[in-house]
Parts: sequence; C-alpha cells; structure tokens
Amino acid sequence: MRRLLTILLMLGACSIAQAQKGTPANMVHVKGGTFVPLYGSNNQAIAVQEFIMDKYPVTNAQYKAFVAEYPKWKKSEVKQLFADAGYLKHWASDLSVGSNAEKLKDSPVINVSWFAAKAYCECQGKRLPTVNEWEFAALASETKKDASSEPSFYQRSLDWYSQPNPKYLPPVQESFKNYYGLYGMIGLVWEWTSDFNSALIIGESRQNASLDRQLFCGAGSTGASDVKNYVAFMRYAFRSSLKANYTVANLGFRCVQDVPAKITAKK
Amino acid sequence: MVGIFCLGIASSCGTKTTNAEILNSLNETAAPTEMPVIEAELTDAPLVPAPITRKHPAKVVVRLEVTEVVKKLADGVDYTFWTFGGSVPGKFIRVRQNDEVEFHLMNHPDSKNPHNIDLHAVTGPGGGAAATFTAPGQETVFNFKAINPGLYVYHCATAPVGMHIANGMYGLIMVEPEEGMEPVDKEYYVMQGDFYTKGAFGAPGLQPFDMEKALDERPSYVVFNGSVGAMTGDNAITAKVGDKVRLFVGNGGPNLVSSFHVIGEIFDKVHPEGGSNVNTNVQTTLVPAGGSAITEFKVDVPGNYVLVDHSIFRTFNKGALGMLKVEGPDNLAIFSGQTEQKIYLPEGSAIQEMPKSETPKAAFASNKDMRMELGKTLYAQNCQACHQAEGQGITGAFPPLAKSDYLNADVDRSIGVVAHGLEGQIKVNGEVYNSTMPKIKLTDEEIANVMTYVLNSWGNKGGEVNLDQVKKAKAKYKH
Repeated sequence: MRRLLTILLMLGACSIAQAQKGTPANMVHVKGGTFVPLYGSNNQAIAVQEFIMDKYPVTNAQYKAFVAEYPKWKKSEVKQLFADAGYLKHWASDLSVGSNAEKLKDSPVINVSWFAAKAYCECQGKRLPTVNEWEFAALASETKKDASSEPSFYQRSLDWYSQPNPKYLPPVQESFKNYYGLYGMIGLVWEWTSDFNSALIIGESRQNASLDRQLFCGAGSTGASDVKNYVAFMRYAFRSSLKANYTVANLGFRCVQDVPAKITAKK
Repeated sequence: MVGIFCLGIASSCGTKTTNAEILNSLNETAAPTEMPVIEAELTDAPLVPAPITRKHPAKVVVRLEVTEVVKKLADGVDYTFWTFGGSVPGKFIRVRQNDEVEFHLMNHPDSKNPHNIDLHAVTGPGGGAAATFTAPGQETVFNFKAINPGLYVYHCATAPVGMHIANGMYGLIMVEPEEGMEPVDKEYYVMQGDFYTKGAFGAPGLQPFDMEKALDERPSYVVFNGSVGAMTGDNAITAKVGDKVRLFVGNGGPNLVSSFHVIGEIFDKVHPEGGSNVNTNVQTTLVPAGGSAITEFKVDVPGNYVLVDHSIFRTFNKGALGMLKVEGPDNLAIFSGQTEQKIYLPEGSAIQEMPKSETPKAAFASNKDMRMELGKTLYAQNCQACHQAEGQGITGAFPPLAKSDYLNADVDRSIGVVAHGLEGQIKVNGEVYNSTMPKIKLTDEEIANVMTYVLNSWGNKGGEVNLDQVKKAKAKYKH
C-alpha cells in the first residue's frame, strides 16, 4: 500500500527530462564487462552493460540548484515519507548551506534520502546506478579496471572505511580518481544505488528464502562470493541497513545514464 | 460529529480496562500487574553498576549509543575504535533474571558504518542483531526477557563481523540470578581484546586496522579494557586487605582465548564461562572469545597483584597486563615477604660472576680443619645437587661418593674428574654409571678443599689433599 502511494506521489516529480546528445559534461563512459558481485549471483560472473556515470558525486551547490527549481525538496517542505528528519541537516536553511557554504559548495551533498537522490537524477534526465553498476565501476584503481586482486587497493579502502568522518568533507575534485576518470568512488562518501536494499533478495526467491537479509554475524558470509572482500562487505552491509527515506551524514549519490543507442552502434 | 468522536474515545478506554482485567484473570501468578520501569545504570570499565537489591522483576530500559572514536591504544598509538558507549569495552549492563529489557541502540550520526548488537543474554534469533541493525543517525528498539542468569558478552554482528569486533565492539551484560549475588566488597569489570594494527606493537600514530593480521590471528596488541595501561599505574583497580573482590571478566576476542590469571592470588571461587556452576581454588581460568568468567577472591596480603593472560607473551609483549593494588597491614603468617637473600650456586655454577663487582678474595685454608670447613661449603654449592647431602648419590644416575671404591682407589683420578669432567661408563660400588660429570670450574685451592672434605666424610678413607697434589693430579689425568 505504502509502495503504491509512494509511486503515485513520485509520478510527475520531475517535469523536465532534458534529452542529451553525445557524452554529457562531467560524465564518463564505463565500458561494460563482467564481474562477480559479493552477493546475489551465486558466485557467477554477471554482465554489466556499458553506461555513462557522473565523474563526481553530486555537490551541495548542484543540489541547491535542484532544490531551488523543485521546492518540494526543500527542507521545510519535504514529505517525511520521502526523507527523515535529518534531511539536509547540514544546511542552515532551505536554500543555504550557511556559514560554511563557500567551503562546502563543491563537497558532496549528504543527508539526502533515496527518494531525493532518485528525483534529482531523474530531473537531470539520468537515473541512480544499480548496485552492480556501482560495484563494477568501483573495482578500478588509478591504473587498472579491476584491482580487486591487489591487497594494497583493498587496504586503502579499508583505511578509509575505518576512519571517522572528517568534520568537513573535501571538494569532490580532490578525491581519488580511478581508471575511468571517476572521482571519489572510494574514500569520500557512501553512495546511494537504485536497488540498494536488494542485496540478498534478487534471484530465485525459493533459494534465498532461508538467507538472512541483514548480513549479521556469521550469516553475512553465507552466500558471499569472496569472504575476504571486507571492503565490499562493508558497502553491502551499509546499504542493507538503509531505508529509502533515511538520510545519513556520509551518504551521497551520483547519477548514471544509459548509453544512447547510436553511440553504441558506432563502436 | 463531536459526539461520535468522544464516544469513540470513551469506548476505547473502556475496552482497554476490560482487556487488562481479562489478562489478569488469565495470569494468576502475576502479582504485580504493572512492572516498575527502571532506566538501566550503565558504567565504563573497570566499574560495574551497583548490585541489584530488588526482589522482583522489572522492565529495564537500556539506551546504548554507538560511536566511532579515535582513542589511545598505547602511548603514542591511536586507533579508530568502534564503541558501545564511547569506550572499549562497551558499557556494563546489569539486570535481574526475568527482567524485561527494552533495548535502544542509537547509532551516532557521525558514524561511518551501520551497527547492531548481538547480546548473548538474549534468547531469540541473532541475539537481537537483526532487530537492531541501525544505520548512522538512526535508533532501533527491541525487547527481550532475560530468562537465563549469567555473565554474557554482547558484540556487534554487522558484516564483516570480525572487523567490527576487532575494532572494539563488545561488552558485558550481567543477568543476576533471582536469588541475587553474594555481597562482596569490590566489584570490577575487566575485558580482554586483541587488536590488529598495520604497524607493529608500539608503532606510533593513528594505526589502521590490518585485515591480513586479523585473518591470520596475529594480533599486534592484546589488552585489558581497551588500551595498554588501561589498568596499570594510576588506573590500577584497588582493594583493602580483607576485601572480597569480584572480577567480571570478559573476552571480546575476536580471535584469542584468554588464560586469565591474577599473579599472587588464587580464585576462591570461579563461575567458569560466566555460568551458574562454581569452581573453587582456581589458579588460571579460561575465558573463551565471546565468553566470560566471574572470579572471586579475598585479598589477605597488601601489595600489587598483576592481572595477566597467562599465554604470557601477550602480557609481556602485547599489553595484556592489569594491576590490582591492595593496601593494608601485612599478614606475615600468610606471606612473609623476603626473609633472606643470598647467592644461589647450583651445580656447576661456580663459573658465574657477579657483574661489575669486585671478585671477593678466596678464603685460603691454612690447615686441614679449615679445608674441611671451606670444602663443606664448596660441596654444598657445587656437588650436592647430584651427589646428595650424604654423598649417597642416586643409584643409576649419580654415583655415590660415600664409601666409594672408585674414589678411594685413586684420589688423583677423582681430582682429575673434578678438574676436567668425565664422560662415559664407570663402575662404582658394583653399579655401572654411564653419564656425564661436567667440568667444575674451581681453583686448585678449592679442589683441594672439597676433595679433603669428601675424603674425610661418609666413611671414606680420610687424608688431606694439598695444592701440590691437585696440580700434579690435574696434569696426570688431563684428557
């Protein structure tokens, strides 16, 4: 019932979906391929189609422009169903970050719900990435598309995941840039995905019926493809703890687009 | 419209009362219909909440906040701890058997990770882990009834669970039995944990978690109460002579099992694994990872008592060391302290030298009696351990010197044995010995003295060995 209501309310959330031609600004191509996700594929490699991804997580300044255009996403007007009480709590007011505005304008926007992130992307003519798209793109180090077998790459990620949040998040341009030219896939903020809470319920439901969806204790290693991939465990665990109206102080997002048919055809 | 609204309220209130009455009539044993609601007192180690004095169950509200904080792991070494309540180990929770616990888990908005709690005191799936899976900035609540008494570990169980525990997410919850716990004078909370840092023990700075070391179970640190030195010096726990001390001991792991021991004390009572059985007169008790023990002992003698994991390299090299300072009057009947101090020279140890000290001048014997006297001491120091106080030896191992045919047949040969050692088969008083006598590093004068003593004791042939004879014998029997 709630889901239906949600869908109904979401309809018409975004009036303008701008059609884009060529590779949009500040986005990069992530060439498709295969990988073995931590959960959900019974250890089988799955295919990820080519997609175009935002270079950077969405910033406070970009999100402010969005809120100005779509007032229903203002702090004061957002429906509780779509965002909890912490929505944009680091902003002083509806359209201002406040005294730290200059410092934070290029920092990733945080404290946004899944609904808000989804609406933002749709209003840019984009969408949220799937878990598999996001994980696939995050496998890359500076120089390699797939650095998943490099211990130093893991350790760097672990180092970040085990540090407390900095008081002020750095500008997105200053963060780690990977092989695809994507910034901050590791070491900046967690990011929303379209199917964030489906880690263990995709696939055949009869098979998954006895698995625990919340990844606690030893159960977390059941059905995982690589029990040593702590970095991925932490991301899946984080996503599993979320609900769509939650807002978290280190959870942001970026958007993706499908590759237009004609561009694919040329290649 | 207004009328209907009011009527609605009135009738719903009426229904509520009726329901309560029905429940009461169904449940005859429940004397107090409303359990008192109590906010749980939570404490940081080494303190524990006051013992429970009430004689009835209650509804106990526990509010535990998860924070991720940078704190000291050792002097000059910081670590990002994930905590239940701001420090490691987590807050101590104390409830009574059959209490109904309303558990609130708050995950601080600044946390980077989701967390949950699995309390081993909970009967139910996940011990509450699924029910408390909490994103940063959220709060979850669940209820459980503390059916089983005992001392239980709680810990975070979010994937990757080992890392959450390795970062310090554990603590203890005591469920007191209905009959309560025997009163004692002091109660303390001690919890062991192993830590895995990228740098070795003592490497300075903010140290990140090292996954490989954790997987290999090679901790850089093993500590009590969250850091090296958390229970020593000014942080030592204290008691007075005559106090009964109770330690609530837990082990968060994640990997190691603790051999918990208090140096200089014997546990009068131990509840092994935190259960209801009582063991008495225990020296060292095993505390499993994810397990506990309650130890009790009376302190009779003042001084410092050191808490250790008797897997002792962990204590000596990795930090598993705490201290209990006991003050009060001495009890010399139980413990005298040091009453004597002297040089100990076991067999063959005449080669020992006191470092940086003047060698005392060797006593010089001017007659046979003096040789006997000095020789007796030398014998006690160098020979007695094997050849025994009355020279009787040990059959099959150490040949006798008393009434020894081997000795009396050729004194010079025996001088050579003392001076140069002997290896191989000999026959003494009809018994075959095949062993090794080490070379005893004595001066010629000392050899003369000890040989004179031996020859004039235990039925041997007598006589005096002088310096000249020693010199000649040594040369003759050199091998």
